[in-house]
Amino acid sequence: MQIPVEGFMYPNEVELQWSILIVLYPFITGLVAGAFILASLERVFRVEAVKPTYRLALLTALAFLLVAPLPLQLHLGHPERSLEMYLTPHRSSAMAMFGFVYLWYLMAVLLLEIWLDYRRDIVVKSQTTTGVTRLIYRVLTLGSSNISERSLHIDERLGYFITVIGIPSAFLLHGYVGFIFGSVKANPWWSSPLMPIVFIFSAMVSGIAVVMLLYMISTRLRRREIDICCLDKIAQYLFYIFVIDFSLEMLDLLQRIYEADESFRSLDFMVHTRLWTSQVIVQIVCGTVTPIVLLGLTQILSLTDTVRKRIYALAGCLTVIGIFAMRWNVVIGGQLFSKSFLGYTTYKMAFATREGLLTAITLLILPFIFLLVLVKLLPPWPDAGPVPASGASPAHGTS
Amino acid sequence: MFKDIEHLVRLAAVMAIALIAFATMRALVVPRSFGEYGHYRGDAIAEIAARPVAFAGHDVCEACHIDVVEQKKQGKHVVVPCEACHGAQAKHADDPASVKPAKLDTAVVCARCHEANSAKPKGFPQVATADHAGGLACDICHQPHRPKIETPAATKPATEGKK
Repeated sequence: MQIPVEGFMYPNEVELQWSILIVLYPFITGLVAGAFILASLERVFRVEAVKPTYRLALLTALAFLLVAPLPLQLHLGHPERSLEMYLTPHRSSAMAMFGFVYLWYLMAVLLLEIWLDYRRDIVVKSQTTTGVTRLIYRVLTLGSSNISERSLHIDERLGYFITVIGIPSAFLLHGYVGFIFGSVKANPWWSSPLMPIVFIFSAMVSGIAVVMLLYMISTRLRRREIDICCLDKIAQYLFYIFVIDFSLEMLDLLQRIYEADESFRSLDFMVHTRLWTSQVIVQIVCGTVTPIVLLGLTQILSLTDTVRKRIYALAGCLTVIGIFAMRWNVVIGGQLFSKSFLGYTTYKMAFATREGLLTAITLLILPFIFLLVLVKLLPPWPDAGPVPASGASPAHGTS
Repeated sequence: MFKDIEHLVRLAAVMAIALIAFATMRALVVPRSFGEYGHYRGDAIAEIAARPVAFAGHDVCEACHIDVVEQKKQGKHVVVPCEACHGAQAKHADDPASVKPAKLDTAVVCARCHEANSAKPKGFPQVATADHAGGLACDICHQPHRPKIETPAATKPATEGKK
């Protein structure tokens, strides 16, 4: 496959080594971190209004976390060797250390918090269901069916403690992703100490937006009334964090423009040509400024519930698209220009290959399938059967 | 009191079992010599050193193929070692009668160096092979050991790049 090249490229720069799967990886881990931060709002910071989304946010984080390593595994020529990262850890490699960050976050934070939060439900279900389902729940109880007030209180305290640990862990998980890019000093598009911080805030933005959309969709599917107070509060947090995220990105941009180092002209040309659509149009205009303006309007104007819901839905979708575009522009954009600053290459995405578009679409659908299974197994809402919307109360967990 | 934390004790036991399983697997799987000299298997050095030599070296080739040496001296390929194109030939050098080198497909081998690429120095001979030869093998026109064609006017296509 001939790759169109403009100007001068070194031979090893012509073909991009990091494909769309490496775009998916920070996107997915960002959703995990963001969803967890939203859950912690209720648990640690006692924001009662977002309680209906607490359990949904935890399950969303878990579903996406289970998929997070798959793009990396598919990218590897020898995925079976990834286990060696654990067996013979290389402490001087940030990428090798990610395995431990991932395992810590999955096993010590997310699974533990979900288990403690759901333990009462798991025990009840292990006693009320039959067949294979009963067996699954019994395994999940670990053989202990004690759900006394005292034991649940201990779970609550321990869960709180784990969430407190979980917040820096979520920051670490996604901060690490930004760190990986930010510490590549040979690449001026990536090398920035602001990168981990920008990644964390954009992660929070995307995770909160996805949980908000999932809450709206799942409530609609269950034919319940959306808790508008909850939605307003989530949108408010989304707006605030989005403003900070946008400010940080603009600060980074301003610094680059003012500093105008030897790479600036080349990168500026790239933004005005190859990245114009994905960066300026999709990421900044459609995916950042528009949702911020829309969310800002809901904070200023007195709008009806229906209008607000529609604005939130639109802003949420645009936000997720915008953050995906941000990941795309970081990963792909950082490989399009030559280290000589004299040429540009093109990313040719294949379709039905190991790192092609079809694989990427599958990996984006997979977390929702996992989430569906998790929701069936561990319903995030206490009432299972659908009832008319007029008589519904907001769904919430028993944390 | 214990009854209220029994589930946590069980959880701790599950985690302990998982850790012991991991430690056991690590002890079984990680080679003993790992980390002896660096972040790799120490025994690998001796294993690699024990491998049979695959390359003969151009001095060995030139000892027999004197005619080729003379040809190469007349062209720029004099600096290219024999096995750069012909591949590792230690077995052929050991037993020239029974081990014969495979005939090269010059349409593939030559393109490895001479396919046009903007990253290569301008003075280096390079062509877009699809335009230049249209799939024909290079040795139809060029003698690989002395590639410059002495009467280029008759064969050189109009679209040919810098030679």
